[in-house]
Amino acid sequence: MAAKKRFKDNLITYGIVIALYLIMEILMKTGNLSSHLKGLLVPMTYYAIIAVALNLCVGILGELSIGHCGFMCIGAFASSVFSKLTQNTLPTAPRFFLAFVTGIAAAALFGFLIGIPVLRLKGDYLAIVTLAFGEIIKNVINAIYFGVDSKGPHVSLNNVMDLNMEPDGQVIINGAMGITGTPRDANFTIAILVLLLSLFVVLNLMNSRDGRAIMAVRDNSIAAESAGINVTGYKMMAFTISAAIAGAAGVLFSHNITSLTATSQYFGYNASIMILVYVVLGGIGNIRGSVIAAAILYLLPEMLRGLNTYRMLIYSIVLIVMMLFNWAPAAVAWRQKVAHKFIKRNA
Amino acid sequence: MKKMKSVVSLMAAAALLAGTIAGCGGNAGGSSAPAGESTATEAAEGSASSGATFKIGSIGPLTGGAAAYGLAVVNSVELAVNEINANGGINGYQVEMKGEDDELNAEKSVNAYNTLKDWGMQFLVGSTTSACSLAVSENTHEDNMFQLTPSASAADCVNYDNVFRVCFSDPNQGLASAQYIGSKKLASKVAIIYDSSDVYSSGIYQTFAQEASNQGFEVVSAEAFTADSKTDFSVQLQKAKDAGAELLFLPIYYTEASLILTQANTMGYAPIFFGVDGMDGILTVENFDTSLAEGLMLLTPFAADATDDLTVNYVKNYKEKYGETPNQFGADAYDAVYIIKQCLEEAGATPDMSVSDLCETLKSQIVKITASGLTSDTMTWDASGEPNKEPKAVVIKDGAYVTAE
Repeated sequence: MAAKKRFKDNLITYGIVIALYLIMEILMKTGNLSSHLKGLLVPMTYYAIIAVALNLCVGILGELSIGHCGFMCIGAFASSVFSKLTQNTLPTAPRFFLAFVTGIAAAALFGFLIGIPVLRLKGDYLAIVTLAFGEIIKNVINAIYFGVDSKGPHVSLNNVMDLNMEPDGQVIINGAMGITGTPRDANFTIAILVLLLSLFVVLNLMNSRDGRAIMAVRDNSIAAESAGINVTGYKMMAFTISAAIAGAAGVLFSHNITSLTATSQYFGYNASIMILVYVVLGGIGNIRGSVIAAAILYLLPEMLRGLNTYRMLIYSIVLIVMMLFNWAPAAVAWRQKVAHKFIKRNA
Repeated sequence: MKKMKSVVSLMAAAALLAGTIAGCGGNAGGSSAPAGESTATEAAEGSASSGATFKIGSIGPLTGGAAAYGLAVVNSVELAVNEINANGGINGYQVEMKGEDDELNAEKSVNAYNTLKDWGMQFLVGSTTSACSLAVSENTHEDNMFQLTPSASAADCVNYDNVFRVCFSDPNQGLASAQYIGSKKLASKVAIIYDSSDVYSSGIYQTFAQEASNQGFEVVSAEAFTADSKTDFSVQLQKAKDAGAELLFLPIYYTEASLILTQANTMGYAPIFFGVDGMDGILTVENFDTSLAEGLMLLTPFAADATDDLTVNYVKNYKEKYGETPNQFGADAYDAVYIIKQCLEEAGATPDMSVSDLCETLKSQIVKITASGLTSDTMTWDASGEPNKEPKAVVIKDGAYVTAE
């Protein structure tokens, strides 16, 4: 019975995403979609993906990470470097697929490496260390100069002149100037497919033996350990998967806008906290909620463009109101009361 | 109960969707009938006989830390458009403008561009900053829309043939600075302090350092700082001093430069200070002892206290309307509008032409014209998108810019 209900619940989640996709596609095909909204679709989707990734870490694993944009950053840069290198040798479809593999693998690798020290900590300490790692990733990438010429790759941490490149060389990562000219391969269909895939991974993980073990670790790690669960192993597993999905969001990010810089407005802790806001508003541990909240909160400031600079103020106020409406105990009780009345009248 | 909750959440999602669709439906309606809309404005203004207007869009950071730059650009575009309209418009057609915020974020800049496209924009004066402009140029190239960026200076910004710029590129500024220092034999040992986290600053630094050896001076110290550590420069200054640098090159914005000048003064280090166009504005920094800037040299296309009629008028009108002294970002944007006007007039273009046709017209015109404006008396372009204009070297004397010889 419980399994059946869970299955239905998951279907609703996929259904919402697919319905949104179909409606948008139909509107696009019939020419009823403004170019503004068309441009918002891909960013909206990759923010939903990273919200799902963070929810896996925060909601399912129960560890507060505020450096998740760092993994997105790694995914974005790794895949972008790959795409730039193979731009002239591979056709678009396999190149983009391999870019995904590269970005996800790089983010997963770093998730694993960073997870080793980080997951020895708990609660606030863990949050602070993830924040620090997010900043480190951003700052290191800002200092890297990487170029390729006929003699092979060159790397420097000082400046472009130190690369000593041949005249035929191409600078790929130019320090703070980042990567420019990544091919624009991302589109809404691919983004939605990635979102569905990450939902599939996370939802199935939750309902699997491993997922139950991860949640047992979250609820009481001592009890879980005494039941024979490998606490560190499962923590690492969830953290790495979460980083990998964040990396996939990064791949979409870098292949959607072509100028990629590791600056704080995209990958700093403010950006990470914005993702955390999506997760918290959608409900910690509620994957579907993360997707919906990410979509609403990404669209909101854009839809308020008509209000000019006041939109920043209104956005913040709406955010406060939504948080209160969703999660304040009094508001929850009121909602239940209304829903209860509604049922009664129907019956 | 649980089921009820899921029904409610579904309904909420549906309501959201409906809202979004209603919103975009409205937008689409607006964009499909721009002609009717502008006819209305036209009739209300009671101006030209025909029924259309030219629409210029502009993008820049209007909120957040870099708002000063974006506001200068958008305000100056508005100022120029108002002047043009008061003088009878372009080819007899009135001009409309609209500015959108990008929060210094390339992603948002593309969103702003799409918003403007829905509004019916025909030419883009923007984006203000390099990374944003670069991202937007990908879209303008796809739509074949004419893009003239006032101030995006990174080399790659004008890679596409539909994108031109008014300001100098970063490499050009580095090159021009190095050549100026070399040809005037200002110093043989030069130190540099630059912002390695900033595209503009590191772009200038790279070409400057590369050109240094050709110009017969030596870069004895090149120290970086980042956006996260831009208050204490004593280490960088000490290194420059120890290396015996006679000239300190500062390819940075004026806020940090004012701190460097103050701190250098405290430690008794007085080399020649040399800046680029980001230095314009240093005399307006609050609580900064402007006497410290005496003798500071900078290469800039625009100085707000120049005495030619054009600059005096522009600065006066800008101050009247927006209550601030404009900077070089604004001057570039003001010029950009007049450059578009000149191209349109020489080609005899009309607003009923498609965006793509207008782009082709402007592309072929801009390489032919010689424009004159706030930032230079003679500006010409070639197909690469780079402007050809002379940088002006100015030196600060008695609290004002004086042309350096």
